[in-house]
Amino acid sequence: MTARIVELRQGLQKKNDQLAAELRRDLKARGVYAVNLVSSPGTGKTELLRATLAELMGRGHRVAALVGDLETDNDARRLATSGAPVRQILTHGMCHLDAEMIRNHLDGFDLDGIEYLFIENVGNLVCPASYDLAEDCRVVLLSVTEGEDKPLKYPTIFNSADAAVITKVDLAAAVEFDAALARHNIHAIRPGIPILETSAKRGIGMEAWYQLLESRLVKER
Amino acid sequence: MHEMSIAHGLVDAVADAAVARGGIRVTRVKVRIGAVSGVVAEALAFAYDVATDGTVLAGSILEIERVPLTLSCGACGESCCDDKTPQFVCPRCGDPAVVVQGRELDLVETEIDEPAAVPAGSAA
Repeated sequence: MTARIVELRQGLQKKNDQLAAELRRDLKARGVYAVNLVSSPGTGKTELLRATLAELMGRGHRVAALVGDLETDNDARRLATSGAPVRQILTHGMCHLDAEMIRNHLDGFDLDGIEYLFIENVGNLVCPASYDLAEDCRVVLLSVTEGEDKPLKYPTIFNSADAAVITKVDLAAAVEFDAALARHNIHAIRPGIPILETSAKRGIGMEAWYQLLESRLVKER
Repeated sequence: MHEMSIAHGLVDAVADAAVARGGIRVTRVKVRIGAVSGVVAEALAFAYDVATDGTVLAGSILEIERVPLTLSCGACGESCCDDKTPQFVCPRCGDPAVVVQGRELDLVETEIDEPAAVPAGSAA
């Protein structure tokens, strides 16, 4: 028996990264703009997305959504009330979505007819940071009830985001939320990204969010 | 705990590479993990023991090289690093800082046992 050292020099996420790269090429060729929504559980991803799907459809855009959860199809049913095509991805305990799950669940979707593909990730601020889902835009959500220092506690995911949405601003006064401090902390971790302040339930700040999405789609083409 | 998923991917990649080169057993695997890679070294080490069980990697040593976060200011060139409270702005001028290292999530090398009677490639 002889020992031998073999150089490998590859990413630990090589398989996911390759799948994501293939998927990204495919989505780009079809003119699909993909948005990956990440946050803690309970931040309001589903409510923001439900309102967004309905509004963008009303503006004549073609949209679709994939939603990841450990169990139940509650979120897919909630999102489907918007009228958009929605698929639930059940991870059965897995803490994140990966590129393979996205690819498998896109099978059968008519991608040529879609402009915006929204992916609602599993509620988790740790694991989803390590998985490229072929998105064009990663949006991190932070609700006013979570505290202004969330970005400092979870720097990896905030540092990977292309935009941040502060949610549930209608509750800001009740929880004495310091918006300036939250903005400062987000920009300390990810300088320069756009930060939006919204309440999907009350329709506050949503126009700026829609405009951001529409401007990105124009830029992409 | 996505470290378990990552460990399974690591085992598949190393086992494929080892078998392709005629290896019959993997004795050591070296990875490089950055401070802001999103992977916790201790969790990966734990997951590794579980994921390697029953494979050609069973009983092998996982060597983890930790890469600290190093930032460089795009404006003034100041180099800084603070793993404890990472801030991605320059402490001197406040401009956005670029991550020079700290995002690594790399499989570096592996050590395999191969039958002595079958020389690998050259006789040298």
